[in-house]
Amino acid sequence: MTDIGEPQPRKKPQRGSSRVRMGVYGVAGILLLVAVWELYKWLGPTGGVVLWGTRVLPRTSDLAMPHVWDMIVRMAEPVTRAASANPLWLQVALAALVTLGIAAVGWLVGIVVGIGLALVMQRWRLAESAVLPWVILSQTIPLIAFAPVVRSWGSRIEIGAFAWQDWMSVALIASYLAFFPVAVGALRGLQSPDTIHTELMHSYAASWWTTMRKLRFPAAVPYLLPALRLAAANAVIGAVVAEVSTGLQGGIGRLIIQYAGQASGDPAKAWGPMFGAIALGLVAAGSVALLGVILSKYRRAEATT
Amino acid sequence: MTQRRGRLTTIAALGIAAALALSACSGTPSTEDDGDELTSVKLQLQWLPQAQFAGYFAAQDQGFFEEEGLTVEIIPSGGDIVPQDALSNGDVDYAIAWVPKVLGSIEAGANVTDIAQIFQRSGTLQVSWADSGIDSVADFEGRKIGSWGFGNEWEIFAAMAAEGLDSSTVEIITQDFNMNAFLQGDIDAAQAMTYNEYAQLLEAINPDTGELYTAADFNVISYEDTVGAMLQDAIWADTERLNSDAAYQETTVKFLKAVIKGWIFAAENPQAAADITVAAGSGWGPSHELWMTNETNKLIWPAPQGIGFIDKAAWDKTVAGALSAVNESGARLITTQPPASAYTNDYIQKALDELGAEGVDVTGANFRPISVTLLEGGN
Repeated sequence: MTDIGEPQPRKKPQRGSSRVRMGVYGVAGILLLVAVWELYKWLGPTGGVVLWGTRVLPRTSDLAMPHVWDMIVRMAEPVTRAASANPLWLQVALAALVTLGIAAVGWLVGIVVGIGLALVMQRWRLAESAVLPWVILSQTIPLIAFAPVVRSWGSRIEIGAFAWQDWMSVALIASYLAFFPVAVGALRGLQSPDTIHTELMHSYAASWWTTMRKLRFPAAVPYLLPALRLAAANAVIGAVVAEVSTGLQGGIGRLIIQYAGQASGDPAKAWGPMFGAIALGLVAAGSVALLGVILSKYRRAEATT
Repeated sequence: MTQRRGRLTTIAALGIAAALALSACSGTPSTEDDGDELTSVKLQLQWLPQAQFAGYFAAQDQGFFEEEGLTVEIIPSGGDIVPQDALSNGDVDYAIAWVPKVLGSIEAGANVTDIAQIFQRSGTLQVSWADSGIDSVADFEGRKIGSWGFGNEWEIFAAMAAEGLDSSTVEIITQDFNMNAFLQGDIDAAQAMTYNEYAQLLEAINPDTGELYTAADFNVISYEDTVGAMLQDAIWADTERLNSDAAYQETTVKFLKAVIKGWIFAAENPQAAADITVAAGSGWGPSHELWMTNETNKLIWPAPQGIGFIDKAAWDKTVAGALSAVNESGARLITTQPPASAYTNDYIQKALDELGAEGVDVTGANFRPISVTLLEGGN
């Protein structure tokens, strides 16, 4: 493809090479992290760095900072020597998938609730004054207090053939953390069109719904995408923490505490689920980025909320 | 390892959360007959599935619950689920919890009853380095003492109170899920359960030798040998329902019979019992799991009065310890004697008698612990 004629207003980056460059930067970033880790482990003081009674840098022992290669080798080894044991990486990957599924459910529920609330608040000023403080207040409740209540109430729900499952408690807690940025972001987005535009819709005698569809939703996209990203991160964190909190089996949160208990005798193992959690966060963020590509038509400029 | 979270936050949150009203709550939990006429029962554990609870998982795996006409759901606890709270909220029918923690809950208003004292002995240790000069509770003053907190610390303070020591001189360091803080020198004497954290030490590599640590590297103070010893894993039931619900009373005896059979199975088949808990979701390595089964068995067997029987002297000792204990910030666990409803031997005695009549040995007279070799990382 050749560009002849008018010069382009903005030089389009060459897709292929920029992607390669990004990949190189990404790998370089990871290698840098590995180098810093190993260098500190090699040169840092054995007892770590303690300032005013607080340890600001960790000890360099194998217990506190296993070698990177030990962690990698450990990932390839079986979880335990039991005959049925999977390799650690597989166990971690399976657990990460379980958590991802729960977080995704929480994320979706959070989006529905968040956008629903935003619509109500946008429609009625009174609702905004009434609901918004509660939405903000809701985020101040600590999870350790909230989790047992959710599980306790959930265990009583039984409607016909439907019985509340433990993973639903976790998904609910994830959605509880996820709906907040969506509600706030969507509200700001829906309110973002200039008066001149809303008045134009008004002069067309456009209905509330038409105004919503033609004006407010498209205008909200730049606000919504960062909110969705935040919501995805919150849903993942919420799911992991809620798994720890309620003791749900099968997810990455459970593996984190289980393997943390084995960190004295098998220090490298405890890092396995942490890598899983990182991968989980990357996949979640990546999925939202994909959503951004689909909605790119509306992304004139990403708003900073 | 045990349940480690506060209760007050939960209670405070109940009020706030009520305002958020999820609604749709309905139905009475459990003890309803299923189609196949099995009574469903929910049992709340105090931690993740592991051999500490081997008897319950064995009873389920071996079909002992079904033989008694029960279908039991064993519910693990995470960091924030307090078994006695789940029980008094009506979420579950029975709960496993340590006696001192529940005594605190009872004083705070929980209406629950100890119906079977499965662990007859305290499994708590305080472990220090062999050269630390700490080899009894008397050496604790002025040292950094490790504990998990959340109600697991009261034996330390009861033992110190009995020696006339000032608990405000110790620095309590909250321990993590593993023994790294002790191994790295942040703690002078760390809390350890015989069946879990002590094994974690013995399956860790000594960086000086490149070999596993051995028992000779540590001083071990067992609370069972001190006045501070308190009763631990017990089965708790809802006092109200015990008094008024005939079906629940009947279920309680059946449940206890199945549990006893489960623990007898674990005593006689430690390897099989360990395999069952691994299959039920325990994440420990095979040698650690077997160690845990064996050490748990030692806390239960032999049981001269029958497994689960609540020995009045041991109960009174626990209550006295709980009354005398003052923690490092001056707080107390309980201030008054617990009510008489806090424990009963009625149901366990009935279960023991019925099994005794069937010729089952419920005292573990022939119990012999096995010897377990721990491998690196509990593997």
